[in-house]
Amino acid sequence: MKKNILVIGGGPAGLEASANLKRLGYNVILIEKDKQLGGHLAKWDRLFPDGVSAKQTLNALLDEVSGVNCFTETEVQQLNVLEKSYNAILSNGITILADAVLLASGFDLFKAEKKEEYGYGIYEGVITNADLEEAFREKKLPAKHPQAIGFVHCVGSRDEKAGNPACSKVCCATAVKQACEVKEVYPDADVYCFYMDLRMFGRHYEDLYLKAQKEFGIRFIRGRVSEVAETTDGRLQVKAEDTLSSKPLKVTLDMLVLMAGMRPSESGKSVGRQLNLTTEEDGFFSSADNLLSIQRSKLPGFFYAGACTGAKTLPDTLHEARSAAIEIDRYIKEKFSEK
Amino acid sequence: MIDFGFTVSPSSRINLDKCDKKSFSALAALEPDVLKCMACGSCSASCTAAHFEPTSVRRAILSLQNGQVEQALDLLKSCMLCGKCTMVCPRGINTRHLIISIQKIYGK
Repeated sequence: MKKNILVIGGGPAGLEASANLKRLGYNVILIEKDKQLGGHLAKWDRLFPDGVSAKQTLNALLDEVSGVNCFTETEVQQLNVLEKSYNAILSNGITILADAVLLASGFDLFKAEKKEEYGYGIYEGVITNADLEEAFREKKLPAKHPQAIGFVHCVGSRDEKAGNPACSKVCCATAVKQACEVKEVYPDADVYCFYMDLRMFGRHYEDLYLKAQKEFGIRFIRGRVSEVAETTDGRLQVKAEDTLSSKPLKVTLDMLVLMAGMRPSESGKSVGRQLNLTTEEDGFFSSADNLLSIQRSKLPGFFYAGACTGAKTLPDTLHEARSAAIEIDRYIKEKFSEK
Repeated sequence: MIDFGFTVSPSSRINLDKCDKKSFSALAALEPDVLKCMACGSCSASCTAAHFEPTSVRRAILSLQNGQVEQALDLLKSCMLCGKCTMVCPRGINTRHLIISIQKIYGK
């Protein structure tokens, strides 16, 4: 008989893992709390480093899950550990007996309004990375051409006071990508990136940085924005230190984009509470081993993939999803082998 | 007016709204590689003149971007155009040529 695998979360990790588990011959039940599958990817416009369409990327992932039982607008209401399996009661009334569970609950974006000094939700010109992606996707960029645009890296990342000392990994590359994109739309605008250090670690990310400098003339200012205030004519006055020259700096902008970082998702936390799953200091779930088995939790038969164990890029997440499928297959074969 | 002997110190804060972006654009048109500087400091570290006088291509570029032309020229005035900085620049900027171009555009 086919074994049941419950996959919690229909973002890239959940989709890719479901597709692979289905190929391995399992009966996959994928649940997603939102109306649509795709997680944050469904809300994005283009992806770094090459600017490929998020929609096309998501469609490719969705094509692979045809035939998987998907329940959208569904959450786990109760999850119990049985002797050899898990019993999940879903919010749509269905009860599932799963031989293994994969948690792919991903991340929530840091709530940028918590950094009050940046004025998100107070000043109209202050938006987040997600807002800008939505504006690109819906083609709703401000019609009035901004003269100057700024990007603030590390908003709610590497910030103990904001409750997140960790680096969110994707914001540097996203900021540089978005800086190039706005410069394409508004070629006359001055575009500034306020960074602490640029973490362009992936393949072609450094090329993106060089392109931003050389082709787009983006000005990189090393220093964290300290405060934002509104000028009398409704623009944004931004203060920072240019730490390379050790001098305070001010500049007036029309648009300020905050690169909100990654926090463990609330829906993931609620699953975690059901099973008393342990988290590390950063709030993300603890794996059985951070080097050798990131995909395994400390509970037999319960696995992780993607950003529920810390900030990840999309390719990292997809690798983890595939590796989780292999780990689950190995677990099931060991646990249920006929001897 | 009675002179009490007080003076106002000029602000050393960088104001990007007021800095001369046109000259920098002219420099970037002549020397596109000036935009590639990532402030690593190789040029300053290899500079012989910097042992004796404040000299730094990196800081000069930054000063120009921040509109501090005097400071930039000061940081290059002791340069002997030996070209060691050009040899070490990891971004391949012809810093020696850049220094000459800076003098052409900003020099008096």
